[in-house]
Amino acid sequence: MSGGHSTYSPKTGIGRWIDARMPLPRLVHDSFVSYPVPRNLNYAYTFGGILSIMLVAQILTGVVLAMHYANDTTLAFQSVEKIMRDVNSGWLLRYMHSNGASFFFIAVYIHIMRGLYYGSYKAPRELLWILGCIIYLLMMATGFMGYVLPWGQMSFWGATVITGFFTAIPVVGEWVQQLLLGGFAVDNPTLNRFFALHYLLPFMIAGVVVLHVWALHVVGQTNPTGIEVKSKTDTVAFTPYATIKDGFAMVVFLAVFAYFIFYIPNFLGHPDNYIMADSLKTPAHIVPEWYYLPFYAILRAITFNIGPIDSKLGGVLAMFGSIAVLFIVPWLDTSKVRSAVYRPWYKLFFWIFVINAIFLGWLGSRPAEGAYVIMSQLGTLYYFAFFLVIMPVLGLIETPRRLPNSITEAVLEKNKGGSAHPAGATAAPETRG
Amino acid sequence: MKKVLNGLAAIGFVLAGTAGVALAQEAHNAAEPTHFPIHKPKEMDWTFAGPFGTYDKGQLQRGLKIYKEVCSACHSMDLVAFRTLEDLGYSEAQVKAFAAEYEVQDGPNGDGEMFTRKALPGDHFPSPFPNAIAAAAANNGAAPPDFSLIAKARGVERGFPTFVFDIFTMYASNGPDYIHALLTGYDEQPPAGMEVPEGTHYNPFFIAGKSLAMAKPLSDGQVTYEDGSPETVEQYSRDISAFLMWAAEPHLEARKQTGFAVMIFLVLFAGLIYATKRKVWANAH
Repeated sequence: MSGGHSTYSPKTGIGRWIDARMPLPRLVHDSFVSYPVPRNLNYAYTFGGILSIMLVAQILTGVVLAMHYANDTTLAFQSVEKIMRDVNSGWLLRYMHSNGASFFFIAVYIHIMRGLYYGSYKAPRELLWILGCIIYLLMMATGFMGYVLPWGQMSFWGATVITGFFTAIPVVGEWVQQLLLGGFAVDNPTLNRFFALHYLLPFMIAGVVVLHVWALHVVGQTNPTGIEVKSKTDTVAFTPYATIKDGFAMVVFLAVFAYFIFYIPNFLGHPDNYIMADSLKTPAHIVPEWYYLPFYAILRAITFNIGPIDSKLGGVLAMFGSIAVLFIVPWLDTSKVRSAVYRPWYKLFFWIFVINAIFLGWLGSRPAEGAYVIMSQLGTLYYFAFFLVIMPVLGLIETPRRLPNSITEAVLEKNKGGSAHPAGATAAPETRG
Repeated sequence: MKKVLNGLAAIGFVLAGTAGVALAQEAHNAAEPTHFPIHKPKEMDWTFAGPFGTYDKGQLQRGLKIYKEVCSACHSMDLVAFRTLEDLGYSEAQVKAFAAEYEVQDGPNGDGEMFTRKALPGDHFPSPFPNAIAAAAANNGAAPPDFSLIAKARGVERGFPTFVFDIFTMYASNGPDYIHALLTGYDEQPPAGMEVPEGTHYNPFFIAGKSLAMAKPLSDGQVTYEDGSPETVEQYSRDISAFLMWAAEPHLEARKQTGFAVMIFLVLFAGLIYATKRKVWANAH
């Protein structure tokens, strides 16, 4: 909230003393207590907070795991098993961390989908969106390198396949791959640098999260109506309203997370990763972690040459392109209306996009043969068409539904009838539909 | 807009069609199957399954006996220490005596010589072969896999939509179900016309092909049970599967017990926060 008045007034002498010298308590108060948020935020808006605690949980468990982990190819696998067997509560820490990565991604996918649904990327929130995309990229790199550390079969072969993508890049490809590997194949130098980077990147994520939250607090949150905050009645104070709502969502999310940790801790993993890496034995199907599967399907969908681009480079370009396209979403969407709530066609295409993304994920886990390839190609086509054709064109030809005049009006409309609210006085809203 | 919808419908039809083709491709002839295992393992009732699952100590002790008398001739179990056998209900003295039946290499001593001594509870199960190459050389070129994690390192793919239901049924017994199915699956005869490579043994439950190098390892009456349990391949297979699950996941009971407390706490806490949330928001609308 740019230029908003600070309502912080320290009550104690020591509070005033600190405030005059380094007003950190004032910053916290203005950002997380008095900060106004739209009053109509639904539970889809709680995933920012959930992601923050997931990041903290991953860093805390990760730091302790690093105290017991040995990043050497001859010791890594056994050291992880030592954590599982002999370290006090080591099994808990390790299952929290490995399932935590998955739940981090579940939360970030819901968070991104919420942004796409409610048009959160539109002006003036382009930088906020791009910072989010950078966080997502860093998460992917961190998750990938973390999966290599236990030095199981999927760790090793996943690393071999994914670093192999880079050789498709003309001229510098081989050099980039060797730089990543620290040699010509996945080996001890690879494990060492991946461990160092896996420890570093989460702190870079934390840094970009600070920028992300900063940008958010400058422009303010969007809301399900997509209408900007106009008056004080449109908002409520962050504390207690948003904090308690976020808190409830966090605990529910943690309950689902705990269910996986304690009852099905290996459901999201691959059995082959309980076999120590062996460079002479290739697993029957090399599959990445579930959260990369849609992109893996896109990579393998390009089985044909496009002019001078051979299929291998084409696949790599499509895969990186599928993430790069997210960065320009603010300029691809031509609609003047922000929220899908008032865009019936966009709403339809959005949900098809979500189903298509899950479908691509399933295809990514299938072998790349026969009909699966054709289905992946159709899924890839829709993925890109959604961003590059549907978003720009739909914004120009779609007739949106009537927008309410303000957030307050939208809330009253929703509560009309049955609600104890006595606010009949505000601009009599037309009946919907 | 209509056109777009028609287009989408067309894509839908194409997708349905290609899915049909995919399924048709999966149908294979019986003599030369292309997808393994040929039969999916049967789901067994395990005492350690479900939210309150615990290991049956008697079963684990029987499993240990099978491992010791049969499997350990070829399969190592490097990650399991004798001291952890107290989980199976043995006393400290019993574990000490059990370990003493094994010899491990130690050293170097004061003269720089390696020597063998009786194993102590802190030692791990010694490997039947000095190294992986020796193990492979003695077994037709394929080293028998280590058993420490085998119950978590094997799992037949469940497929859609079963894997979704597995979340709600807490199905996590892929490993023991597979081991049990493999050990009881040797008696089936290969279908007419199938060629089984020499030196391998047909087993329709094997995960990576139609036959495997290991011959049928267990037969009725091979291991003597002192607790009166049936001395059958079926019973042996269940017992060794349960034992291997324990070897792979020794803290399973603690995990599930902690989990119950955590779930109760989170559900109550969520209820309290929700009530508070209702109260806070009551005056905002």
